[in-house]
Amino acid sequence: MTTDLTRLTIHELTAAYRRRETTPSEATAAYLARIEKLDGQVGAYLTVTRDRALTTAGAADARYRDGAPLGPLDGVPLAYKDVLCTRGVTTTCGSRILEGFVPPYDATAVARLAAAGAVMLGKTNMDEFAMGSSTEHSAFHPTRNPWDLDRVPGGSSGGSAAAVAGGLAVAALGTDTGGSVRQPAAFCGIVGFKPTYGRISRYGLVAFGSSLDHIGPLTRDVRDAALVLHAIAGADAHDSTCVDEAVPDYARLLEGGVGGLRFGVPREYFGAGLEPEVEAAVRAAIARLRDLGATVEEVSLPTTDYGLAVYYIVAPAEASSNLARYDGVKYGLRAPGGKDLIDMESRTRAAGFGAEVKRRIMLGTYALSAGYYDAYYGRAQKVRTLVRRDFEAAFTRVDLLVGPTTPSVAFKLGEKADPLAMYLNDVFTVGGDLAGLPALSLRCGFTAAGLPIGLQLIGRPFDEPRLLRAAYAYEQATDWLSRRPSLEATR
Amino acid sequence: MISRQDVEQVARLARLHLSDAELERMREQLDAILAYIDKLRELDVEGVEPTSHAVPLVNVMRDDEVAPCLPQETALANAPDRAGEFFRVPRIIED
Repeated sequence: MTTDLTRLTIHELTAAYRRRETTPSEATAAYLARIEKLDGQVGAYLTVTRDRALTTAGAADARYRDGAPLGPLDGVPLAYKDVLCTRGVTTTCGSRILEGFVPPYDATAVARLAAAGAVMLGKTNMDEFAMGSSTEHSAFHPTRNPWDLDRVPGGSSGGSAAAVAGGLAVAALGTDTGGSVRQPAAFCGIVGFKPTYGRISRYGLVAFGSSLDHIGPLTRDVRDAALVLHAIAGADAHDSTCVDEAVPDYARLLEGGVGGLRFGVPREYFGAGLEPEVEAAVRAAIARLRDLGATVEEVSLPTTDYGLAVYYIVAPAEASSNLARYDGVKYGLRAPGGKDLIDMESRTRAAGFGAEVKRRIMLGTYALSAGYYDAYYGRAQKVRTLVRRDFEAAFTRVDLLVGPTTPSVAFKLGEKADPLAMYLNDVFTVGGDLAGLPALSLRCGFTAAGLPIGLQLIGRPFDEPRLLRAAYAYEQATDWLSRRPSLEATR
Repeated sequence: MISRQDVEQVARLARLHLSDAELERMREQLDAILAYIDKLRELDVEGVEPTSHAVPLVNVMRDDEVAPCLPQETALANAPDRAGEFFRVPRIIED
């Protein structure tokens, strides 16, 4: 076998399994060897589950030998963001406060992938409790971008994105609360897909902002995103916020092109702050969609500029409540020397949380405290309604929205020391979370310096099939995927 | 403008021990973030219903049935300190 197994997509790899050209064990071993060799530079993983991966892969080998694989994900090596609970495997959320925490159950998304035969390679690095846009806020180590190791992979699902881009996992799961799947996907030049709020069960996802948290796949191409979504979407008795909607076989609905689809280009996504090279690539991609038969018109989302302000009230407010559970009693860290219960809790949280998490807990507690609730949280929730209405109005005229995923390409480690400057990264992605809409980022070009650029598509609630079809049509009509980062050559 | 006393009070509510230097730095950073968030005041939200959730789900009901739950030993397995069947915490009742 001459093909480098670590370059294949899910569907290419399983096709090779079915043709008996390779086996899940061979592919898993190839990934584990590459992780051992290269993850010291990238830092994508917090935990590598080597033995378990080889055992799971061995079981998949037998199914392919018998001609009876479980489905399109059987024997596929995947990585999971360390915010998803994995039974018997440490889950830290990138935080000292959960260092050594071993969950007693699997997240539903993880359990469904395991039932589909997927092989878990390990748990990926992230900004602590998913709060950040660079993966520099991990309590353990930063993750680096496989396209340029001096640059961040984005965040908070930076470990997952870097693993997929760097050939350290075929695909991965991440989570998106303000852009944390799409922004790292854009920075790493892969597909990042956040489906509709309620499409995927969040049971076993450690909560950050419950009205905003979404699970989503990070993959090498659009077909892979469709395959992973199909495996994990759908109602779950363990999560009452997961919607009981039929789950179509997304991968069978990819063909058909963009002919007749109406795309809206939000005027506000092309304002000041958008890097010229990003704008040029995105405009070229939109022109390409038109060439492919789509109609394109300008639309307006007037409250775009307010979305971030809404997000930085709502998400910290929910986080301050969700993170109250880390009290040094039930699991995780307990700091020594507490004089009484409150002192013990306050010491534990001071020692266990990093600066960004503390900042957001403080901000959220303040926004919810007596006397400020109406001015901040109450007002933010009302503006959230206005943000949602903007999208609803646009979707009466068009089927999909198209624009940049991020204002810039990957920045350098340490470049965004000011918290607000970091927050501004999410300006085009938060809207999708506030309104709960399906949104996807895919590669649409490179800067002169060779950094990938992300194109964002946003759809109507539960209209994932149309969103995926449009993304697939663009991907098939372009040749961006032929370029790969070359980690071996960099150091 | 958020005051030093406000920050101390919020830190108490949030159960976070912050040093003097941390309190001052937090005050400055919260001030900058809140100044940015103040742009929400530019919009007229009179009569606008708040959105707490992006999908219109209310009162998802299920039958009240007995089902398996975590065994006690499993639930206690991650405790930083325990005494028999209990989580142990510092004394909260005076002698």
